[in-house]
Amino acid sequence: MSLEQTGHENPALAGADFPERARLAGAPVLPDRRSFLRCALCVGAAGTLGTLEQPLDATPAAPTAQNRDDSHFTVEARFYEKLPNRRIRCKLCPRECTVGDRERGYCGVRENRGGTYYTLVHSRVCAAHIDPIEKKPFFHYLPGTLAFSVATAGCNVNCKFCQNWDISQARPEQLPAEYVAPQRVAELAKQNRCPSIAYTYSEPVIFIEYLMDTADAGHAAGIRSVVVSNGYIQDKALREAYGRTDAVKIDLKSFSESYYRQVVSGELKPVLDSIVTLRRMGKWLEIVYLVVPTLNDGDAEFRDLARWVKTNAGADVPLHFTRFHPEYLLKNLPITPVPTLERAKQIADAEGLHYVYIGNVPGHPAENTLCPKCGHMLVQRMGLEITQMLIDKGECPFCHQPIPGIWHA
Amino acid sequence: MRQETITARRKFLKNFLANAVVVGAGDQLSLPVAASANSHPARSRVVIARDPQLRGSGSSVDSQHMLKLLDRTMQSLFEADRADEAWKKIVHPGQCVGLKVNSLGGRGLSSNPVLVGAICERLQQAGIRAADIVVWDRDTRELERAGFRISASGNQVQCFGTDRVGYEDDLAAWGSVGSRLSKILTRRCDVLIGVPVLKDHDGAGVTMALKNMYGAIHNPNKYHPNGCDPYIADVNMLPEIRTRMRLTICDATTACYEGGPAYKPQYSWHENALIASQDPVALDTTGWQIIERKRAQQGLKTLEADGRAPRYLSTAADPRHRLGTNDPQRMEKVETALA
Repeated sequence: MSLEQTGHENPALAGADFPERARLAGAPVLPDRRSFLRCALCVGAAGTLGTLEQPLDATPAAPTAQNRDDSHFTVEARFYEKLPNRRIRCKLCPRECTVGDRERGYCGVRENRGGTYYTLVHSRVCAAHIDPIEKKPFFHYLPGTLAFSVATAGCNVNCKFCQNWDISQARPEQLPAEYVAPQRVAELAKQNRCPSIAYTYSEPVIFIEYLMDTADAGHAAGIRSVVVSNGYIQDKALREAYGRTDAVKIDLKSFSESYYRQVVSGELKPVLDSIVTLRRMGKWLEIVYLVVPTLNDGDAEFRDLARWVKTNAGADVPLHFTRFHPEYLLKNLPITPVPTLERAKQIADAEGLHYVYIGNVPGHPAENTLCPKCGHMLVQRMGLEITQMLIDKGECPFCHQPIPGIWHA
Repeated sequence: MRQETITARRKFLKNFLANAVVVGAGDQLSLPVAASANSHPARSRVVIARDPQLRGSGSSVDSQHMLKLLDRTMQSLFEADRADEAWKKIVHPGQCVGLKVNSLGGRGLSSNPVLVGAICERLQQAGIRAADIVVWDRDTRELERAGFRISASGNQVQCFGTDRVGYEDDLAAWGSVGSRLSKILTRRCDVLIGVPVLKDHDGAGVTMALKNMYGAIHNPNKYHPNGCDPYIADVNMLPEIRTRMRLTICDATTACYEGGPAYKPQYSWHENALIASQDPVALDTTGWQIIERKRAQQGLKTLEADGRAPRYLSTAADPRHRLGTNDPQRMEKVETALA
């Protein structure tokens, strides 16, 4: 089953080949757990990592090496400016947190220590997994391949529907994690025949230094990088960091500022700006829109969204309407009805978008890629699996219509 | 038939209420303001107790002076002749009492271990076993840096951070807040006493009783926008916090009027005082006034003029929250000083 709510696909919800949880839950990392985790990361054999149990009571555990010393995860942040009185202003995302000494930014993973701002999550991997790239979802980028997927704790927004809230809304010290250096990520990806590294699950914006270094290490080893992001990032950081990657999937969570304020705790405009910039940079781009019943599922919003995408990103950008499942702080709403997703697709199709998909509904015909010219089915999908692939040299074999995407490694 | 049912219900309710009153009277616990909104006292008492000789001739707080200052504070707050009488109004033998300190500011500007030690001593005299007292905050290392001795076993006062036991898996939610709560709070503490520090705060304006509870949740970083409003009030509405909170004893021995919450010696001063109340809103409002007075002495702008007025106070006092009062007319401010 493919479940990629918010586009930040849940590492705990995997396909048939990846049935176990990848998230590293639990309190202190005990030596045996650490060994297990290290082993899983080294081998990556099943592409999964086990769930770690929480202690049942409030009896204090002995301090562990990890919670005594986080210095090897701590690196000076790249995007910030210093202010008087040992304060700093973060320039990573549009929130621009002003952070006093000994305090952290909204993301919870960057800390001001004496007037210098540090990321606490460089190489601090709390989730690692080998996923089909369709799970991100990327449908036009190396289909049928695997992506070595990593995440750290933290996020720069707080979506009320987040399905990975237990890692995205946590501080790094609250999660077991392993030190996985950028070069090691590249090695693991190569060992496991993953042509790409995916930065995903939580929010890559907040571990951007690690992303940049890992993307460089990956490229040196012949491994590409793909990002699954909310796009809530400042222009300079976007260009410098995502410029080093090969494909980006943006979660466009709504086409309404009020929704962004109330449900996401963010802003729409900077996300739209990021999409435009990424297209101008020539990055392969796909967009996901999570359809939440009653909150962002109106015809007018679907229409406005589709028109904006066509005008500003182009008709060839894949747009995925995905199904919401009740999670986190929105457990009161129902699962998105399939007819709602079909209505969204009909509207976007009618506005002239060429590749509109429905996600999180395994087996739905709108998982497939059709030629926008002759209508033949070119890529058939069943959940995360490619069951038929007919695109040849980037063209429809029936009418030779170019089909945009990166189809082969 | 219907009339009979109504009568029966009324009778039941009447009996139920009568029993409840009896139980409440027998319990003789002084409930926090928040838990007794309907019987809200006309005025919330806030005690400011000072001792100019708190440090003797040195710079450190003297433990004997601190005990006397604490006793004066508690006796004034509860109008008790003896300190142990005052403590017995908020705790019972057999209960586990959590002292939520603030250790963010290191040795310079954290809850003073001498004050915490004095509270622990008086709690034990009130019948609380040493092992049933937990001094806690978010992080064990921060507690150590603030001068606390860590102990997590044996028949002694316990002191450790949530990092040693973790947070609940399930979310606690109220209003705008959804958080995982410290297991120290949820699984160890029957009663909560806040021991914050009188501080300026770059986001909230000030930090004392109410903001101190950010140390009980796993994601405080999410709740700093908009001057922490309405988040501070909402965090304090979480039932696990609200039902346990009995008292706040704010450490104003060393306080901070600018540049908080971190310790900046140039903006700190020795107020040599304790501020105590069962109404956290009234306490924070009173502390804010003290900070404003100091800022004025130092030639600084008011927090309002600095764009940092603690708006969260009016939210905490509003009809939706009723965590206490921010209306000076509804406060009884008692200032006392040791000779």
